[in-house]
Amino acid sequence: MLNKFDIQIREGQEHAVIETAGYLNDALGEKLSEKARELIQNGHTQLVINLEQTTLINSIGISILIEIIEALEEREGTLNFCGLSATQERTFRMMALAKYAGIYPDEESAIANL
Amino acid sequence: MSLEHKVLLTIPMYPDMELAAAKTASVLAELMDFEEGQVEEIQLAIIETCINAFEHSQSDDNAVHIEFLLSEDQLQFKIMDRGIGITPDILDGSRLLGTPGVHPDLRKRGRGLQIVRSLMDEVDIESSSNGTTVSVIKRKSRRTA
Repeated sequence: MLNKFDIQIREGQEHAVIETAGYLNDALGEKLSEKARELIQNGHTQLVINLEQTTLINSIGISILIEIIEALEEREGTLNFCGLSATQERTFRMMALAKYAGIYPDEESAIANL
Repeated sequence: MSLEHKVLLTIPMYPDMELAAAKTASVLAELMDFEEGQVEEIQLAIIETCINAFEHSQSDDNAVHIEFLLSEDQLQFKIMDRGIGITPDILDGSRLLGTPGVHPDLRKRGRGLQIVRSLMDEVDIESSSNGTTVSVIKRKSRRTA
């Protein structure tokens, strides 16, 4: 079970899932960015970020997600999101994240569409 | 809720104190029977408005003053600081563009007020050298029986 503010990593053979919990602000965002960069450096260029237990995402958190999208593009990787609330999905679409990353309802479909 | 009620809150400009404002807004919106999605929209709007005040106001009292006005069909909140005021380039985010990324539409900063405007029904900003007041209104969505 995730703590109130936490990050969990699940590594598959060809992909990795990062699950965050809590308020995605600059502090949690930096932890997320660090984990994503470690995974990318270790060759995981197919990533899923599961936000199901992420209660709120502010614009600084979104800017860090954009940095992860850009880091993956440099390695020709793919990023899919899952577990977004309706408001989070609407915000991601407005801020153009949905143009460069996939949005799926659950982790299974996000992995299947990498 | 038939009468208009007022709730006042002052938060210090410390990291994550915007969550205190968001939690208060959430409780009030739930009491007013806003839909779950709208409660989240209100929380996000108040977080972004507070963060803007934290980052740009440079106020001497290091505080954000929030006034919630609750009425039958809408929640209004006014977020006030006693800082130096904000300029048009902060309002539209152009000052915070920084180094352009790979995709120009993926702007990393300066999108807070755009988010607020997209989620709320009315947003009004008054700013001077004595401070800034952002007034926001969210109306309850009409439910079908």
